[in-house]
Amino acid sequence: MSTNIGALRGAVTPRLPEPVRDRLSDVVSQLAAAGGLIVVFIALSFASPYFLTSNNLFNIGVQVSIVAIVAMGQTLVILTAGIDLSVGSVAGLGGILGTMAMAKAGFPMVPGICIGILTGAAIGIVNGLLITQMRLPPFIATLGMLGVARGLTFIVGGENAVYGLPASFRLFGEGQIGPIPMPILYVIVIAVAIYLILSRTRLGRYAYAIGSNEQAARISGIPINRYKLAVYVISGALAGFGGMIAASLVHSGQPNYGVGLELNAIAACVIGGASLFGGVGTIGGTLIGALLMAVITNGAVLLNITQYYQQVIIGVIIWVAVWWDQVRRRRLAAATEQAHGRRSADADSDGEAQSNGGGGRRRASATA
Amino acid sequence: MADESLVEIRGVSKRFPGVQALDDVSLDIRPGEVHAVAGENGAGKSTLMKLLSQLEKPSDGTIVVEGEPMRFRSPRHAQRLGIAMVHQEFALAPHLTVAENLALGRERTHVGLIVRGSEKRNARELLERVGLKVDPSRKVSALSVAEQQRVEIAKALAVDAKLVIMDEPTATLTEGEIDDLFGLIEQLKSEGIAIFYISHRLEEVVRIADRVTVMRDGEVVETLNKGDVDESRLITLMVGREIDNLYPKQECEIGDPILRVEGVTRPGVLRDCSFEVRSGEILGFAGVVGAGRTELARAVFAADPISAGRIELDGKELSLKSPRGAVAAGIGYLTEDRKGEGLAMQLSVQQNITLARIPGSGIWIDRRAERRSAERRTEELDIRTPSLHRAVEALSGGTQQKVVVAKWLETEARVLFFDEPTRGIDVGAKAEMFKLMGELASRGHAIVLISSYLPELTNMCDRIIVVRDGQTVGELSREEFDEERIMALASGAEREAA
Repeated sequence: MSTNIGALRGAVTPRLPEPVRDRLSDVVSQLAAAGGLIVVFIALSFASPYFLTSNNLFNIGVQVSIVAIVAMGQTLVILTAGIDLSVGSVAGLGGILGTMAMAKAGFPMVPGICIGILTGAAIGIVNGLLITQMRLPPFIATLGMLGVARGLTFIVGGENAVYGLPASFRLFGEGQIGPIPMPILYVIVIAVAIYLILSRTRLGRYAYAIGSNEQAARISGIPINRYKLAVYVISGALAGFGGMIAASLVHSGQPNYGVGLELNAIAACVIGGASLFGGVGTIGGTLIGALLMAVITNGAVLLNITQYYQQVIIGVIIWVAVWWDQVRRRRLAAATEQAHGRRSADADSDGEAQSNGGGGRRRASATA
Repeated sequence: MADESLVEIRGVSKRFPGVQALDDVSLDIRPGEVHAVAGENGAGKSTLMKLLSQLEKPSDGTIVVEGEPMRFRSPRHAQRLGIAMVHQEFALAPHLTVAENLALGRERTHVGLIVRGSEKRNARELLERVGLKVDPSRKVSALSVAEQQRVEIAKALAVDAKLVIMDEPTATLTEGEIDDLFGLIEQLKSEGIAIFYISHRLEEVVRIADRVTVMRDGEVVETLNKGDVDESRLITLMVGREIDNLYPKQECEIGDPILRVEGVTRPGVLRDCSFEVRSGEILGFAGVVGAGRTELARAVFAADPISAGRIELDGKELSLKSPRGAVAAGIGYLTEDRKGEGLAMQLSVQQNITLARIPGSGIWIDRRAERRSAERRTEELDIRTPSLHRAVEALSGGTQQKVVVAKWLETEARVLFFDEPTRGIDVGAKAEMFKLMGELASRGHAIVLISSYLPELTNMCDRIIVVRDGQTVGELSREEFDEERIMALASGAEREAA
């Protein structure tokens, strides 16, 4: 019986080693965004002579850096089935407090930057406590913080921008190592760090586990609250860091900085294949998502398309990315459901009825 | 019974990418007939029912409804043809009232407003037909599982169904509720309604079905008439081989008590519960659904807080605040709800096996050691997965259950709670799960088996504790096992009789 089925399956499915196929299925979720990125990239190379210049490409890199950094923190949060709506306000608050520390309190550059990052981390702690101790849904906890942090920014810093920053602080955002602008380096370093966190540490594994099934994680003895707190702290710290880069790029602390940043960060995650239901997402995907949005914005500028169209285009891309992901997953689900039934007919088996009902429905909705 | 078929499935095939889910399937159902479809999961039963309810289209073949070939449009179209499905996980809107649910999708409106009076009148009529005495203006979420199922059946009647498909209708019902359901099925039959009945529980199939079609690997193996059906015949046809022993109980030496629980109380849920379980022993928790067996296991595991009671492991008192402490102490809990609490479905086999104890130091995971652990456990427990990186959601229920067992073995748990471990698992996988349980006992683990199916308990356990209304009300040793006695204790009849 088993050989029969093997032959039947072999005839219709390409023969890849199973482990490779399983790993591939992780990567595939990013393919839509990556494919989109490549298409846009090639199209723009033809459409504008300026697009494929190193100057322009580095320019895109700098533009994407803040969104990318904030989105990487957001990815961690989204993996746990949470969301951090406060990152934009936190970037604003961190930027103001960090620049005030330098301009008003006379802090040197590095401690000043640290103040910005620590501000974000502190807000992250508050978010985490609201979620784990007061049991507020992440959406509500961080929605409240979006308002609180923005309000605090104006209360502490007033309505005016903070000027009078040390000259060295410019280098933080505008400096280069070799030809590479600093912000791009930050993105690379943080991406590697978060990649390692996700693939090699307990924090990463537990983030996936909590997002995939919080109850199972709890029953397995994972201290859920501690790890949830940690992801919000990381998200907040990276938002604060992003706020400092922004301040350096405009040589001032702007109390209005970061309005709407959270939506771009979330969009980057989602375009990159992360599921708002948790448990699914990668750093590579998020970077591709952020880059896709930045390239489109850049292309629109080069081609003299107004900002309003850019917004429409990016909105549509979010739809398409998630829709494509859904279609793919649904197909995969239908196929595995059946394939497993077939394959396990000579082994043990089950789950048909269940995965058709709950499982199937869950999977169908899990990428919304 | 009329000879004319109500629905006839003729040579239907269904291909999914890479799989032939149904292969030239033919069968029919007559008005007023209960036609059971039996088969292991993956046999194609659910796919067939999905075709009937038009959730999927066949690749080949036709389905004839009352002499007319069926056209495939939408589930709504199937309903219009008189085919309704009672889902295993009920497709009701919990926040709407019974009446609103019954009218859902077919609301009668007057100048754009829903006519609520007629809605309620209709609901009352339908509820009466299915023998359910609840106020139609109650929210569905306030009803018991059995009542919700009645509403679901009433919904099928509301669309004038001629064929009702019931997918594992007894999975979440108690014995008494099952009897009531069968009474209702008889009544529907007498009204000329045909029923496709899908169930894992073969004794029910034997009891209720007029005909049974056994499927395997997407094909019809045989269709049997009522007189020719018995359980062992069905199993042989379903599995394609004979299973000589469903309950491979291993005799092994019972040692010292490992876990001792005394006076565990959780206000409103558990009262003064005590039991002990020894190394090498399989202890059963018997009781009706909702008696508090799962709650007791969860309390011992510190998944729920307790207000009083003493829990000892190896003679030392434990003070547990969360499952984390229980895991560290050496207690493992295979939850009743595998998908809800047991597994991180999107994570891989390897990641689930090591979830409760990841090898490594500090914050880092030692991936090589992790892989070794996972390889060792998959071999030890014969976990059949194409690769360690396969997401567990793509595995069969039996295999998933083994992954959960592997997870607890990784924590070196000495006491293992198995809460309804065979739910949603096929016959073959069940026998394997019991064999595994016996092996674990013989290696010195103490095992607690919670099951609502008495033969599982009486065949596998060394001792049985009966739980009723959140209390441990009786204890029976193997010589005293008697299903009627256990039922009497579980339902409270014993006390009255005595």
